[in-house]
Amino acid sequence: MTLSLGQFQAAFVEALYHRPAPQLAALTGHAAFAVYRNSVLAGCVDALRANFPSVEALTGPAWMQDAASAYAQRTPPDDPRLIHYGAAFADFLEQMQAQHGLPYLADVARLDFAWCEAFSAPREPSLALADLAGMTATDLANSYLAPRRSVRWRWFARHPAFSLWQHSREGQAWPHDQPWVAEGAVFSGTAEGVAQQALEVGGCAFLDACAQGLPLEQASQVALARQPDLDFTDLLGRLLAAQAFHPLAFA
Amino acid sequence: MNGTYSAGAGLGLKAEHYADAWTCRASGLWFEVHPENYMLGGPRMAWLQRIAEHHPLSLHGVALSLAADIAPDEMHLHRLRALIDQLQPALVSEHLAWSSWRGQYLPDLLPFPRSNEALVRISDNVQRTQDALGRSISLENPSHYLPMEGHDWDEIDFLAELARRTGCGLLLDVNNVHVSAHNLGFDAAAYLARFPAQAISEIHLAGHSNDAQASLLIDSHDATIAAPVWALYQQLITRIGPRPTLIERDGNLPAFSELLAERDTAQALLDSAGARP
Repeated sequence: MTLSLGQFQAAFVEALYHRPAPQLAALTGHAAFAVYRNSVLAGCVDALRANFPSVEALTGPAWMQDAASAYAQRTPPDDPRLIHYGAAFADFLEQMQAQHGLPYLADVARLDFAWCEAFSAPREPSLALADLAGMTATDLANSYLAPRRSVRWRWFARHPAFSLWQHSREGQAWPHDQPWVAEGAVFSGTAEGVAQQALEVGGCAFLDACAQGLPLEQASQVALARQPDLDFTDLLGRLLAAQAFHPLAFA
Repeated sequence: MNGTYSAGAGLGLKAEHYADAWTCRASGLWFEVHPENYMLGGPRMAWLQRIAEHHPLSLHGVALSLAADIAPDEMHLHRLRALIDQLQPALVSEHLAWSSWRGQYLPDLLPFPRSNEALVRISDNVQRTQDALGRSISLENPSHYLPMEGHDWDEIDFLAELARRTGCGLLLDVNNVHVSAHNLGFDAAAYLARFPAQAISEIHLAGHSNDAQASLLIDSHDATIAAPVWALYQQLITRIGPRPTLIERDGNLPAFSELLAERDTAQALLDSAGARP
């Protein structure tokens, strides 16, 4: 039977994933067909291992290889820019908690993926502290600080997720005296790389409010309501140093 | 550069070697990258632009999926065009293969039957690509691992006909020929002797590995170039004259100086071929 190009490719993809493809029995029955199966799967697994280095550090390469392979069979990439691959890997790991036994692993995976997103986001101009010089308090209160597209933040209520992620990524053992407390993180992609730091719950609430389009004064009130002891001036200085915002817009 | 000897031997550029590549001033050196790794924001593009200030660049795509039964993805073409406009590469190339299917990306270069239908489809895909990019591209001969039914065309005739119909160039990967000749049982030297010289705009060299279990050679780009591949390369450029030649290395990445030494071997062979009357 002569297959059209489309029929050939449809059957080839079925065979790659070990599904029936009787039209290509001669081809897929050949031992060398495994080269294509292996290469496609290895391409997916290698991309996940590159995108989730902290997960691999916590679980070991053999476990990561198996988990990445299982994920790739279920959720193949849909974009050749493989730094975007693995958007649902954290949720997948969450469902597998009985197997890895690490209640914080999915959150570490979320930070690995957030790092990739911050690293690969389009470059945009940023607001510098000097841009605020000479502004009145009223001007500042009415201004809007919009997070740049390369900024990712998240609060993790159950684990010191940022410290766990950072220690894993840097190959450091978890210090026995490190407090096990809730922790957030903010990543900001810049021309030099990704600026990363722990972020308090009020800081996460502030960035959420800014992203929702609230003016600075209201956003700061949201942050202080969430965390009454927040040092807002210090927070703003840290976020500006991390190039977290677009240049100012006004109401 | 199309088909002329304005660039010598180049290297595939890896992120681990950005700083070395930026400072290196070897004569004739150029670099090739996969554009899919630079269709992003962030610091990679800034590095590439710095390196492009000193060395010619080539964009060698892996994801246009020109041998698929559908037209290339418009968004991907748009991103590639933007990259070309920014970087002004000397060469742009892709593979005679497919790697996407109904929105799914398959990270490999997959085979297909060289049918009359495929020729029409791929010609159209190459033409669409060249129209979208505003320039000609080159197509690379693939590595083969198993015999396939349904071919109406011999590979060289198929590539030559694509070049004739679309005006595209051909990227001749000598390691792919060596690997395929071993796996399918044909004569690599005879294949190279018949390859249309005037269409060759670039040559690729790479290392391969041995899959002992299946008695296959694998185009793995994770080793130095094997002696038989160097011999085939020398025969080829003796016949066709010097052409821009790239050394690909993706796995077991050595120090930049080691790659540069391998590249110098290719450069010396190019210089020797260029000096012949």
